[in-house]
Amino acid sequence: MNAIELQGIHVALDGKQVLNDIELTIKQGDFMTFLGPSGCGKTTLLRTIAGLQKADAGTITISGCEVANGETQFHMEPSKRRLSLVFQSYALWPHMTVYENVAFGLQVRKLAKAVVREKVEAALGKMRIAELAGRYPSELSGGQQQRVAIARAIVTEPDILLLDEPLSNLDAKLRVEMRAELKRLHQELNTTVIYVTHDQHEAMTLSTQVAVFFGGEIVQLDKPRELYKRPKTLQVAEFIGSAGMQMNRLEGVIRTDEEGLSWLETPVVLIPLAGGDSPTMQDGQEVVLTVRPEDIRLYEERRPGSIAMSVSAVFPSGAETLVQLDAAGMSLMARVIGESEYEPGTTLYAVLRQEQMNAYDKKTGIRMELQYAAHNNEPGESTHEDRLSYSR
Amino acid sequence: MANKSALTVRSTRFYNGLANWLKSPIHLIGLAALLFLAYTIAWPVLKILYTTFLWRQQDVRLTGEANPGHFTLYHWTRVLASDMSMNLFYKPILNSLGVGFAVSALSMLIGCGLAWLVVRTNVPWKKTIAFLAVIPYLLPSWIISQAWLTFFKNGKIGGTPGIMEALLHVSPPDWLSYGFVPIVVSLSIHDSVFFFLIVGAALSSMNSQLEEAASVTGAARWTILRRIVFPLVMPSILSGFILIFTKAISSYGVPALLGTPVNFYMISTMLYSSMRSRLTTEANVLSLTLMLISMLTIYLNQRVVGRRKSFVTVTGKDSARTLTSLGRWRYPAAGTAAFVMIFISVVPLLVLLFQSFMLKEGVYSLDNFTTHYWWGGSDPNINTGEKGVLQNDIFMLALKNSLYIAGVASVIAAVIGLILGYVVARGRQSWIGRMVDQVSFLPYLIPGISLAAIYISMFAKPTLIIPALYGTITLLILITVVKELPFTVKAGSASMMQIGKELEEAAQISGASWLTRFRRILLPLNRKSLMSAFLLVFIGAMKEMELIILLITPRTETLTTITFYYAEKGYEQLTNVILMIIIAIVITVYFLAVKFGKADLTQGIGGQ
Repeated sequence: MNAIELQGIHVALDGKQVLNDIELTIKQGDFMTFLGPSGCGKTTLLRTIAGLQKADAGTITISGCEVANGETQFHMEPSKRRLSLVFQSYALWPHMTVYENVAFGLQVRKLAKAVVREKVEAALGKMRIAELAGRYPSELSGGQQQRVAIARAIVTEPDILLLDEPLSNLDAKLRVEMRAELKRLHQELNTTVIYVTHDQHEAMTLSTQVAVFFGGEIVQLDKPRELYKRPKTLQVAEFIGSAGMQMNRLEGVIRTDEEGLSWLETPVVLIPLAGGDSPTMQDGQEVVLTVRPEDIRLYEERRPGSIAMSVSAVFPSGAETLVQLDAAGMSLMARVIGESEYEPGTTLYAVLRQEQMNAYDKKTGIRMELQYAAHNNEPGESTHEDRLSYSR
Repeated sequence: MANKSALTVRSTRFYNGLANWLKSPIHLIGLAALLFLAYTIAWPVLKILYTTFLWRQQDVRLTGEANPGHFTLYHWTRVLASDMSMNLFYKPILNSLGVGFAVSALSMLIGCGLAWLVVRTNVPWKKTIAFLAVIPYLLPSWIISQAWLTFFKNGKIGGTPGIMEALLHVSPPDWLSYGFVPIVVSLSIHDSVFFFLIVGAALSSMNSQLEEAASVTGAARWTILRRIVFPLVMPSILSGFILIFTKAISSYGVPALLGTPVNFYMISTMLYSSMRSRLTTEANVLSLTLMLISMLTIYLNQRVVGRRKSFVTVTGKDSARTLTSLGRWRYPAAGTAAFVMIFISVVPLLVLLFQSFMLKEGVYSLDNFTTHYWWGGSDPNINTGEKGVLQNDIFMLALKNSLYIAGVASVIAAVIGLILGYVVARGRQSWIGRMVDQVSFLPYLIPGISLAAIYISMFAKPTLIIPALYGTITLLILITVVKELPFTVKAGSASMMQIGKELEEAAQISGASWLTRFRRILLPLNRKSLMSAFLLVFIGAMKEMELIILLITPRTETLTTITFYYAEKGYEQLTNVILMIIIAIVITVYFLAVKFGKADLTQGIGGQ
């Protein structure tokens, strides 16, 4: 069964259109992440699903039951939607102890005292903070407050758990720890989770599905691996590629000649294309290529199809090393597994893994399906004694 | 869905939309609040305005032209342009304006000076000075006039002379005993505390780096004060000025005690005596002019402050403050300030207390000592047989009434203030929130004595479902709550703004109804502000006189009104006894609220 169905959701805040025709289906048990830069509407959508924000148009269906309808202005109370929300700021009530915070939702439902106690203790146990029950929120660390907020959200056994940038207020070490905790929780509870974040890394590592938001619209909905490999637009590619991933960007032009041959011309390399007579390709069309650092293979010896580049800097970071290269005035970053020492100025030979590259129309930003002509002399996989890198 | 006709969809849409709108507590409470405010504030003012343009039945006796129920400008011309206008209107209004400006200016001088001394310098005994500065606020303003008379009374209206004449054997001149000077001094002593609190709050939240930055550029201390500090606290000073100005022009007790004996009338006292001599419509015209003056000053304030407020950096985090060193003037400054404060706030109290034990005022010998006025029986030779206060049934009734009014009104006003504050803080985006914000400010524009004048005619007869409230305690509670609304709503909304919306949403998702959210989340988180509002209203109601003097009937006497009655009759010791009791109650409640409720008076007062 589908846990949540959104159809044609429009939301305006202060007269400004924030969400524009959102269509989305989330399956039972999914870990769905809303990913996007700040101001893209992802939190607003979360609040709309929670019922804290009214949808101007469109319908929301939770577990087959309509909870909001823009056309008839039907709006079901948040408390009746069987969901919980963990706020970015945690929103713990400062005048209540941890126990009282977690018990509140159950007390409001008028459950018997013994049942409340049992459930609260179970939730605190699940979040491994049973010993903090008597403390006040101001006496807790950020990570502990986060755990209390989650315990408070899960104690009512909601069908859907909504998390609004829950890790953004934590330091790096805690963030990794809580990420593992959330993954474990999702597997344990098997509830549907909607997770809002602007951190690509969190989205990749946690979710089963990622919806990428830009300007109030869902631009891409995919599994994390697919999203990573084949971003649908240049905007998505750049957003996914930013923050530590060092996506390389090459601008080029498509050229075709009278004989029907076509190739992609970049400052660094010429890439022959197959199917030059396809109507989607025109002579002179501007293209942006994105190449992930791990898809550049480096060799010490010249080999067919390789490009000579000079090392401009080396950034060792433990298990991998980033090598900054200079080719025809362009700067490229390659990721090499293991420790590699190069003197700046050394010449290396790079092979770009064409099948991993993505090409985008520079004007529209939409991904193009380019057929690369078979490489004349693709290096045989058997001769890799002088190969320095391989893709992960 | 598909087979639903367009009409059904539209009606469902309308029905759901209406239900959604009404389900929001902001709309529901806001609507109720607007109705309440419209009935208690807007409607009465319009009605009063209307009646001033109509002939009344009584007017037939005055002039043959009178045609009851028809339009006329008679009342307005009678007040503004007739042979009695000079005494009825122009002299009182000039006196009111003069007193208003003089009191505001003098209070500003005292209040700002003290605030600067306590907040920005390294003067010692800060806590003591600050406490002494608050004492006059805890007392009814006309206690100070009473004390003034004790010192400077002359033989003008008979009775025993004051301490000055007894000691120096010189009769003080009239200008020192009665009229403008003592009125201004009494009111200033009482009201300067507002300046002290408002400006003190502004100064204490001002980042001293702003001053340091200026001093780095080489500016002298005086230049810094003039160019940096003063402009930044200007909005606070202006709002203090307006607050005190409107309070001063509508004050009644002080000018009644100190002005009336020498025929020095202000609009407020003239209003009262017109009311008493059955010139109701003329009194209404006077009320309206008083309102007009208040509104005009507030409008001017908005014009001036409105533009300035944009660059106010006064609010913000309490940063480390470097204090101005007074050098060798530290102790002299503290000593002078403490001495002056003791002289104007403690000495009058002690004198009044001392007086209450004297059989005959002005005779300073041991055999003159008596407790007659406290608990003595009836003696036809003293005060025409008026019994000692604690024996007197009227006192017991008044005590009960006062405590009841102050207690009930302060609880109601504090809670309403918090609820309306919620509507204002959460409804800033909707018209209803802004409307509640604006309308709840209206009582501020209406001087207490005018409001009372309006309420007399409004609640004299039963209307619709509301019974005739005139002569009931309920009316006194209602008017107190309404009059204090601007302060309590301001305090409530300021406090609500501090509380994140998410705290409430979290409870909403948990399934808590609005009432549960209010009771379990908002109320506890706003406890401090609630206590402050309670304290503010309690003290205000306990010493209130301007507001209720017109509405009092023998059954609804309060401590302040019987005190005032005694004072007018010249029963000085009895007056002093009750004053002591009022002060004891106010100070006790003040300490309890500050100690156990963590109340902070500055919150409510500084809000404006």
